Amino acid sequence: MSVFSALLARDLKLALRQSADSMTVVAFFAIATVLFPFGIGPEANVLARIAGGVLWVTALLAALLSLDRLFTVDYEDGTLDQLVLSGAPLPMVVLAKVTAHWLTTGVPLIIMSPVLALTLHLPAQGYAPMMLALLLGTPTVSLVGAVGAALVLGTRRGGVLLSLLVLPLYIPVLIFGTASVEAVITGVETNGPLLILAGFAVLALTLCPWATAAALRQAVE
Amino acid sequence: MHKFANPTQFMRIANAIYPWAAGLSMILFLIGVPIALVSSPADYQQGETVRILYLHVPAAVMMQMIYYGMAAGSAAYLIWRHPMANLVAKASAPMGAIFTALCLICGMLWGQPMWGTFWVWDARLTSTLIQFFIYLGYIALADAFEDPERGDRAAAILALVGVVNVPIIKFSVNWWNTLHQPASLSLTKSSMTGDMLLPLFLMMGAFGTFYIAVLVLRLRAELLSAKIRNARLSQVAVSEATAAAE
Amino acid sequence: MVRRMDGDFTPRSFSGSGLACRRGGRLVFTGLAFGVAPGGALVLRGPNGSGKTTLLRLMAGLTPSTAGALAWDNVPIDDPEAHAAHLRFITHLDAIKPAFTVTENLGFWMSLWRGRVDDANLARAVAAFDLTRLAAFPARLLSAGQRHRLALARLLVAPAPLWLLDEPGNALDAPSRESLARAIAAHRAQGGMVIVASHEATFVDGGETLDLGVFTPKTAVHWSEESEEAQI
Repeated sequence: MSVFSALLARDLKLALRQSADSMTVVAFFAIATVLFPFGIGPEANVLARIAGGVLWVTALLAALLSLDRLFTVDYEDGTLDQLVLSGAPLPMVVLAKVTAHWLTTGVPLIIMSPVLALTLHLPAQGYAPMMLALLLGTPTVSLVGAVGAALVLGTRRGGVLLSLLVLPLYIPVLIFGTASVEAVITGVETNGPLLILAGFAVLALTLCPWATAAALRQAVE
Repeated sequence: MHKFANPTQFMRIANAIYPWAAGLSMILFLIGVPIALVSSPADYQQGETVRILYLHVPAAVMMQMIYYGMAAGSAAYLIWRHPMANLVAKASAPMGAIFTALCLICGMLWGQPMWGTFWVWDARLTSTLIQFFIYLGYIALADAFEDPERGDRAAAILALVGVVNVPIIKFSVNWWNTLHQPASLSLTKSSMTGDMLLPLFLMMGAFGTFYIAVLVLRLRAELLSAKIRNARLSQVAVSEATAAAE
Repeated sequence: MVRRMDGDFTPRSFSGSGLACRRGGRLVFTGLAFGVAPGGALVLRGPNGSGKTTLLRLMAGLTPSTAGALAWDNVPIDDPEAHAAHLRFITHLDAIKPAFTVTENLGFWMSLWRGRVDDANLARAVAAFDLTRLAAFPARLLSAGQRHRLALARLLVAPAPLWLLDEPGNALDAPSRESLARAIAAHRAQGGMVIVASHEATFVDGGETLDLGVFTPKTAVHWSEESEEAQI
């Protein structure tokens, strides 16, 4: 466990030192969301109708932007070689990095989301399910994104390629994330979509660290 | 199983299959196309447009079969380090993408007369579109590395990640679709009569054998380009060695 | 997870036999064998492209071998994670985080490898490579030579029997080479082993030399001579 805690502590400390990086992701989340009223007009009822979907799409894009850096820095400065040689199982190393990523980008996005929901006139009863859906969905976003981030290490066009690989895989999270907000707004009180999001998180937690580890191992080969 | 790991052995078998696959494909097309387009009956509901089905369905089947084949090849490559298994996966990907594109285009062309629009967010059509992106991602990743061997491993892992995700995506899209009132008519939901099965199977056979024949051609080309690459590499190594000797 | 050794390590021998490695479709070396006894040192030599770095990465377990096997005390390695816990690898990349101070950089590796930070040992590692004055400075202010010394200090924060060093003399001035030579001598005196890829290994006393040029496959040479003729 010491490898997990040592690495998690290092990544959090590093994120704190370079807190501008996390802020940039949140700022992107905000500006991308604010673009929508300009694109489709400021009518409150139209915005309220799409608020859940817009927030989910922009949150996914913001997370995607930050994923590009998840392993790249460690790969380029040689830290990744040393982490593979840490003597601990590589999936655990991955889990530590992903946990740090979620705490430094997923959580700020969740905290920021009600403020942005306000600008989109999200109905009052939609706030709790939206934040709950983000809480259950963003770990999957980080875990699945880590696989993509590890696969594109050393490629010529890392960031763009990453979005092509990962965005199709985010569609299920997007569908059920948006649905959990809409279910409440349209009055169909149901926890179904939230439960499915939780199921996705468990599935991603059991599979993604291994796939990411395999991708990292071939990257340092 | 192990003798297939040797490219020479593998290609000996592949080359032996090639003329049969190519010939059979041509015969099946020659018989199947006239039956599918002319002599089979029109649908009572959809009329002549139902004939698109004879392209759409085989293309959809190929799209799925090729992806599962790629995943199986990738697994064989990652577990047993079979280089040929990966080469088959890599050579298949562009064909899978083209069959997927064909499937999409057919669906859209059918949609225009039936739905009055080229695109409806129908569950199958949407899943097919996502599958197309997954193919594109695989092709882009396999080609994104300076060292082709690194691209091989990365793409193989991606194929396996994708094959786990495809059913999840399908399930999600179907669920999403029922939530938002689906299109009432679907190209493949219409009840199929016996007269339709014969041309359908003929076309499926033609597509399948066509794929195998083109796969062999693509494998030949891949092996040749690998040979050229290796020859260049050893030239670089030798010029370095002679420089060091002097 | 009780794989980590605290304090000292048990001296063991490290060897490899029948090793071959293929990189980018080219056979880099083949039929390569080596052995290092406790306290021993091995210097890898050979022209550029003869596979010194590849061999070191193979010894570390990062690059898989096409043929052959590595062994501790003549027992072939089957667990790459346990193997990794027995070695420290200095590559040509320094694995330094510029935002952290010298002490923080080393402290991270210490907590990763030993599960805790031991200030006395940490200070000793910092002093061994003459970094004490710089200990509280962020690593982004260090020069190339100072960064390299910081990377080398990683060798001392947690003991491991095998050191793999890829061109450790690069970017080092004479006093720093002295420090490295002293660290290596002390490590070997405890029964540790050192494998160095270097053109001029003045910091290793009486080690054996392995010339990688010998293991470069000949077939490639023949092929290309023909093709050169064909080109002319």
